[in-house]
Amino acid sequence: MSTSGDARAALSIQRPSVRTRRRPVWKRRLNEAGAYLLALVWLAVAAFPIFFMGLTAFKTMREFLVSPWELPSRLNLSNFGSVWASDFPRYLTNSVFVSVVSVLLIVALSSLAAYAFARMTFPGRRPLFLWILAGMMIPIHITLIPIYIMTQRMGTYDTLVALIGPYVGFGLPISVFILTEFFSQIPKELEDASRIDGCTYFQTFYRITLPLAGPALATVAIYNLIGAWNEFIFASVLLQSPEAFTLPLGLRQLFGQFGIDTPAVMATVLLGSLPTILFFVVFQERVVSGLTAGALRS
Amino acid sequence: MVRGVPVPRGAATKRMWTAYAFLLPAMVVYGTFVAGPILLSVYYSLFDWSGVSRTGTFVGSGNFGRLLQDSVFWRAVGNNLRLVAGSLVTQLPVALGLALLLTRGLRGMRFFRTAYFVPHMMPTVAIGILWIFIYDPSMGVVNDLLARLGLHGWMRGWLGDERTALWAVIATIAWQFIPFYMILFQAALVGIPQELHEAAAIDGATGSKAFWYVTLPLLVGTIRTAVVLSLVGSLKYFDLIYIMTGGGPNHASELMATHMFKTAFNQFQMGYGSSVAVASFLIAFVVSALLLYVTQFRREA
Repeated sequence: MSTSGDARAALSIQRPSVRTRRRPVWKRRLNEAGAYLLALVWLAVAAFPIFFMGLTAFKTMREFLVSPWELPSRLNLSNFGSVWASDFPRYLTNSVFVSVVSVLLIVALSSLAAYAFARMTFPGRRPLFLWILAGMMIPIHITLIPIYIMTQRMGTYDTLVALIGPYVGFGLPISVFILTEFFSQIPKELEDASRIDGCTYFQTFYRITLPLAGPALATVAIYNLIGAWNEFIFASVLLQSPEAFTLPLGLRQLFGQFGIDTPAVMATVLLGSLPTILFFVVFQERVVSGLTAGALRS
Repeated sequence: MVRGVPVPRGAATKRMWTAYAFLLPAMVVYGTFVAGPILLSVYYSLFDWSGVSRTGTFVGSGNFGRLLQDSVFWRAVGNNLRLVAGSLVTQLPVALGLALLLTRGLRGMRFFRTAYFVPHMMPTVAIGILWIFIYDPSMGVVNDLLARLGLHGWMRGWLGDERTALWAVIATIAWQFIPFYMILFQAALVGIPQELHEAAAIDGATGSKAFWYVTLPLLVGTIRTAVVLSLVGSLKYFDLIYIMTGGGPNHASELMATHMFKTAFNQFQMGYGSSVAVASFLIAFVVSALLLYVTQFRREA
């Protein structure tokens, strides 16, 4: 109590000019209590399904049927064992492969293009920029049929490689946009100096601009990583055999396989959700800035 | 022009080609997988074509004539509009409320923010499967709760009932997307300079008054962004509907995107499926353009 009082006193010393009519203490306390109550109500809404998932994943089918609400009698890990013994690890590696390759390509191609848009003059610069930005407005499913046909004809249908083209293509517009804005803010003098020292455009880009763009590149990478990791519609059209499935398709496959064994299904869903949730907990601020970057800048 | 660098003659041309070289890889991939397919979609929509044979039969605007008569398509359009309305009415106000709650400077709100955001980090397929169990008629949590509350008459197979299937998925979509808009609003709220609130407080604007006359007007830009995102997202929505109901029962939760998907990839009518895709793109485009025009106009008036 006393610490928060001290803090408040310190604040009013810092800003003596602001004098507001203070509401009575009991009113403020009541207000705070109400805020915490609301916070807890939403915590229940947000977390309850996840809690239910966790609870069920550690139960046996028998325990689940007898009492869906009770805690499991002992920490039963057999459900996770059966998920891990299934094709789950394969789905996981497939997803890692597709997402990592797509993100690397998106970052490479979009930073090159953004550098040209931000730092060079050439005929058609504005129309080309708008043309690529228009991609942000395109609903993915209008391209689904042509891309399916194209993949069939190119012979990449039902391979992981088929996903990379569309993932990179649809990742480019927002990434080019974010990076162009960022590159434009880097002081030009730094690059001029390296040019005078005899660097080519590419050397300047690679040695001066890219190292300065770390935060923006991370934002772009994380935004696209989450997108590629969760992508569902292209994967379900372009992949057919379970060996090629990415995690989202794999989860659905296991859902069908485990059928009415609810605890096994919940263990699958839990394991499938863990990578992105852990990623978020570790890189919280970056993930948030990645997800809001595109939205707030437009 | 790059200032400060001595440019020899002929360098301008060289610089131009350098710029094109930087752009080329991105343009090739974008053209192949985004821009090109859109044009192809329009082209395919003029054919009666299974996609299996090399070419189809040219039918001109025939597919679009058929589309006008397609009651499932119009039902899907209606459902898309219900999804738009449901998303705007539930997601944005709740998200704004949560953002206000989180930015009040109370202790422990960082924990709540992290916890609130977790649903948005789950893969959509995982969310879909989880909620299928929550809505399950016999083992589901929703019916179990209703039974415990004595509301036996309210129990039903939420996803199997024509009256509730669409709304049940809309609720799940809200669960997934409220955290996203919450973070968006929170970022905007944090960006409001503290001085403005202090100045308003001196003028006697506190509590709800401060919200209506200070905070809300400063959030208009972000709210408009959120409305556009939510609207465009709802008009092209696909994932959870496809996973949880497949558009059923009896097309009760069919969306334009699921209808297109099934026409093309279950019934192998690639030509007609393309015309559904083109039409849904046009509808989404017109509605968003209208919205942008109206909000823009409002701002200037």
